[in-house]
Amino acid sequence: MLDILLPTLIFAALALAALGAWRRVRLWRRGRASKVAFLRGLAAMPRRYLVDLHHVVARDKVMANTHVATAGGFVAALGLAVIVHGLGLAEGMLGWLLLAASATMFAGSLFVVRRRRNPPARLSKGPWMRLPKSLMAFSLGIFVVTLPAVGVLPSGFSQGVGGWLVALLLAGVVAWGLAELVVGMTWGGPMKHAFAGALHLAFHRRPERFADTQHGGYPSTGLKALDLDDTEAPLGVGQPTDFTWNQLLGFDACVQCGRCEAVCPAFAAGQPLNPKKLIQDMVVGMAGGSDAGYAGSPYPSQGLEDRPVGEHQGSPHGPIVAPASTKDGKALVDAETLWSCTTCRACVEECPMMIEHVDAIVDMRRHLTLEDGATPGKGAEVIDNLIATDNPGGFDPGGRLNWAADLELPLMADVERAEVLLWLGDGVFDMRNQRTLRALVKVLRAAGVDFAVLGNEERDSGDVARRLGDEATFQSLARRNIATLSQYRFECIVTCDPHSFHVLKNEYGAFYPPGQESSYPVWHHSTFINQLIESGRLRLAPGQASRVTYHDPCYLGRYNGEYEAPRAVLKALGVELVEMQRSGYRSRCCGGGGGAPITDVPGKQRIPDMRMGDVRETQAEQVVVGCPQCTAMFEGVVPPTGDEEVAVKDIAEMVAVALDTTPAATLAPRDASTPQATEEVMS
Amino acid sequence: MQPEVTTMPALEVTVLVSVGRHPLTGRARRADQDARGVELARSLTDAEVRLLHAGERDVSSDAALRGYLGMGFTELSLLEQPEGADVLPALAEILDETSPQLVITGERAERGEGSGLLPYLLAERLGWPLVSGLAAVESVEDGVATLLQALPRGQRRRLKVRLPAIVTVDNAAPTPRQSAYGPARRGTFETTAGPVSDDEEWAAWQVQPARQRPKRLKIVKAASARDRFKAAAAKAEGGGGQVLTDVTPEQGAEAILTLLREEDVLR
Repeated sequence: MLDILLPTLIFAALALAALGAWRRVRLWRRGRASKVAFLRGLAAMPRRYLVDLHHVVARDKVMANTHVATAGGFVAALGLAVIVHGLGLAEGMLGWLLLAASATMFAGSLFVVRRRRNPPARLSKGPWMRLPKSLMAFSLGIFVVTLPAVGVLPSGFSQGVGGWLVALLLAGVVAWGLAELVVGMTWGGPMKHAFAGALHLAFHRRPERFADTQHGGYPSTGLKALDLDDTEAPLGVGQPTDFTWNQLLGFDACVQCGRCEAVCPAFAAGQPLNPKKLIQDMVVGMAGGSDAGYAGSPYPSQGLEDRPVGEHQGSPHGPIVAPASTKDGKALVDAETLWSCTTCRACVEECPMMIEHVDAIVDMRRHLTLEDGATPGKGAEVIDNLIATDNPGGFDPGGRLNWAADLELPLMADVERAEVLLWLGDGVFDMRNQRTLRALVKVLRAAGVDFAVLGNEERDSGDVARRLGDEATFQSLARRNIATLSQYRFECIVTCDPHSFHVLKNEYGAFYPPGQESSYPVWHHSTFINQLIESGRLRLAPGQASRVTYHDPCYLGRYNGEYEAPRAVLKALGVELVEMQRSGYRSRCCGGGGGAPITDVPGKQRIPDMRMGDVRETQAEQVVVGCPQCTAMFEGVVPPTGDEEVAVKDIAEMVAVALDTTPAATLAPRDASTPQATEEVMS
Repeated sequence: MQPEVTTMPALEVTVLVSVGRHPLTGRARRADQDARGVELARSLTDAEVRLLHAGERDVSSDAALRGYLGMGFTELSLLEQPEGADVLPALAEILDETSPQLVITGERAERGEGSGLLPYLLAERLGWPLVSGLAAVESVEDGVATLLQALPRGQRRRLKVRLPAIVTVDNAAPTPRQSAYGPARRGTFETTAGPVSDDEEWAAWQVQPARQRPKRLKIVKAASARDRFKAAAAKAEGGGGQVLTDVTPEQGAEAILTLLREEDVLR
């Protein structure tokens, strides 16, 4: 009886799964073309899964082991079941191996059951709640039907009326397991993540993010350039099929674990964004339908009741964001959802399925800005300013060096070559950041660094324009900056703005004229100062006995993997460093990135307030930052009544006040006549 | 631009757009007031809006004019004129030809002569009424437009004017929408040749950058916040002047003529 039923069930399930896979692949193929190394991707997939993916999953040890047991057991059990039961080859070890595999899977599924008893809010419910039962059904069913094959149970146990019933029951249990775990894999059940996830790893849009981690580098984080020369292609993503096919595949890989939701600053602030829901919405759009089936946390709604699910719907060729002309228009997602993102990459960093949320969000923003002209808040004004004055504030570009009138900064236009090109950034127009810049200049002079600035030749790096979706303005700024940079000779660029740092280091490469490429390293000032300290060029007089905490800027940490240098500098300063609960790669955004302060989507609380709450928990006297945006956001936070204000200091300012300026210790500055070298920095 | 409603013919609107100049950097851009005019036209229901520019054409002016296309237009009519030409005859001719019902334009251009006289000369030549400083077009019914004119300090005056008419907008008009790169790039220029008349006077003029003159400080001697507020919000003191009501047009014209003679405007 079972001899006939089991092979039928197994091969029927495999056939159905193949049919589902074909249908799913057709859905993905509706997306735009994207070049991938097909075979090399497939070959690299196991390694990407076992190393890169597991590296992320292993941050939660219990879940990692659970997944190893369950998934490993399942893959082994399914493969062996096809041989043992499907083909009837139970000789020798095979049956026993199958028993071991299904037992391992069963053990794993017990942990899944435990996890689902009181699931944390970030986990999706709905069909995911039945998954542990399906896992148990499959593993138990396969285990029991394998017992006769290895001779533990007499092979005739399913004879007679009672035996028939037992056989039918067992076949039913196995069928349930097969339906969920094999058929459901390609027909949209919770197990879809295994099928789509494996292919997503193979055909990832950023294959370099895997390669880099092997070589001790940092994953690729620069945004992909939009091809503006193609005048026919719509700009950005306006409908689900405007994504590339492997982006659509990536959305399907989502396992709805909600790790992104747990770390998203916009979600925590009650802004209408939940990265997990956004990815699910994209899946809904790709397949067509409404979001009513979504069973996780919805988008928050500015501290009011959450936005209900079921009101939004989409189709592969329908708009993602409803055009402004349709009144109370609802399409797949609301525009505020896309504009709430600070591009902090916390979600991407946490995603075990390696989904690129930020890429998708910026792609959709590109459409809103470039095609619809619908950048909200002050976005349109900022973009107009960038076009007209090359800086987001609309300041006179001829006044970029007004803050340094007394510093006599050497201009690249005059000296033409220098050891360091000091990239000042748009902070030159901000009085707070001018203090940081003065401190940095003082530090560089104390170390005798031969540096020069571009002065009025410098333009905005284009970071804000790009995150607001205005790729055209970004590329224009990038190309003009590159043309300026290529006129001069320098060994490296140093900047105190992590946003400029990231753009110069990771995003300008694509815009060099053919035959040219960037030939210089770019350093954040914390890295450079650390190099100066390590090489002995900069002497510090330790003895600042203060308790400080350090806030990792997203564009320095998660985007560029620099966590160590600022901490090393603080150590050299001799201050007591207390870490916030969320620091390093899990640092929480200040709320200042991605144009979020410009689009200003309301929430129930502000992101910088939450981060300053983290700072206060450490009872530090000062919070040290390395980013003008973070400084501005934190200084805008009003402390709760009764609390003392926590000082916000840039790391350059910390170093500038600790310089060892005793004559014996100071290296002679190259230009000893400038009195600024010993000038006190205002603070 | 919008689908026509079968019952009523669409209101034909032409917006005169010019190449602007950013006050700080001098880069060509869509002129602010003209863009407000376009926005005003876009907000009219059942309007068929046409953009018209008369002037020379080069790379920077192209980019600036595309700024208007980016507000949601597929084409812009371009009357190509050489540098230094008087665009008035050409504009008057094409407006006479196409006979739109409403012509919207900014108060004055951001580059070139920028005298602000063009709308007046155009109205004179076409014999159409002109309303300056518009804040909104409230409605258009049976060939009569109800307009809201902006007066100083947020005051508004409702006017009715028979179409066709020329209206100018200033900063009281709605802020222009964002110009989107995609439509701006795809939009086309429909070039028409118009009559060219050289502006001989302009050719003889000497043009130099304006020198910034010091601003006279307004000294408010106020003891309290209330006084300061009153001083800030006070209406400009109109010395003299008279309000004439219930007079015949002849009497009104006589009074105006007398005033102009007194002020030495007419001699």
